[in-house]
Amino acid sequence: MQLINQSEVQRRIDDLKDQDLYIHLEMTTGAYAAHFDSSKHPAATFITNAIIRFSHGSISGSGPYRVGLKMEHGWVYSEGLTHYEETEPERLIMAGHDSQGKLIVSLQLSRQPF
Amino acid sequence: MERHILVVLPHPDDEAFGLSGTLAKHIKNGTQVTYACLTLGEMGRNMGIPPFATRVTLPSIRKGELEESCRAIGIQDLRMLGFHDKTIEFEDQDLLDAKINDIIKEVRPSLIFTFYPGYSVHPDHDATGAAVIRTVARLPKDERPTVHCIAFAKNLEQGIGHPDVLVDVKEFLPQKVQSILAHRSQFQVAELLNSTDHTSKEIQDRFGTERFWTYKFD
Repeated sequence: MQLINQSEVQRRIDDLKDQDLYIHLEMTTGAYAAHFDSSKHPAATFITNAIIRFSHGSISGSGPYRVGLKMEHGWVYSEGLTHYEETEPERLIMAGHDSQGKLIVSLQLSRQPF
Repeated sequence: MERHILVVLPHPDDEAFGLSGTLAKHIKNGTQVTYACLTLGEMGRNMGIPPFATRVTLPSIRKGELEESCRAIGIQDLRMLGFHDKTIEFEDQDLLDAKINDIIKEVRPSLIFTFYPGYSVHPDHDATGAAVIRTVARLPKDERPTVHCIAFAKNLEQGIGHPDVLVDVKEFLPQKVQSILAHRSQFQVAELLNSTDHTSKEIQDRFGTERFWTYKFD
């Protein structure tokens, strides 16, 4: 994974618009959050290989970044993204890692199922 | 001596801290070990520092780490059952139990290791332990293997008392440390990385004893 290059990610988002895409969207505080610190609230959610289509999409912020994708009847939104996978030209693989390197959020788009 | 041990755990790396030394000890005594690992830890949060795994590559990376850990311990038979991380508690119980039952029927273990249901923190751990207990409980009493459980919840001693099986694994710390280090995307254990001295007091105190609760069936 590389630190997000905003203009490169924007170019890839534009390449993926107006077509059916498989999405993986996730946010997690980790299954052990409350075990290590009882004041923490463990929460996690993910959706994998749902199909979406967006007409406008952009990445904003100055890092960590936000991404919003406008669909016919709604939105995809993700905040806290720090890294993307440069070596995956066909798919957009993005994630946010915390200060310990742990994944806390991810947003992935692909023309093929994950 | 145990003839055949079956280990049933949900994630690659669940074997490393809790029972790799015990398994290495049994294997040195000539025991066969079958390890059924339910998932590839696809949803793990640790991606390496700096992150070298992605959500897409993590399963294959963790599969390789699991195989390396098993080689370090000496496990002869690794089965990856193909379930998905975080979903064990939602799986079709009949399907889950049937997979475990098939392996029990095949290898006829004298001893099974799994997580203690309700005292193992991660929902996948609890659900895996519950599936093993359900499956073993269905066997006729005289055919049931012994089940030794790992547990690490905060409240466990009020619930299930003290562990009744303590295994001294100091002699097997080289295998245990290699098992832990195999999971390089998951663990960054500084003192292990900086020290290969398995005789140091700190390493022996922290990793030299493994503890289990024998599950009491009715």
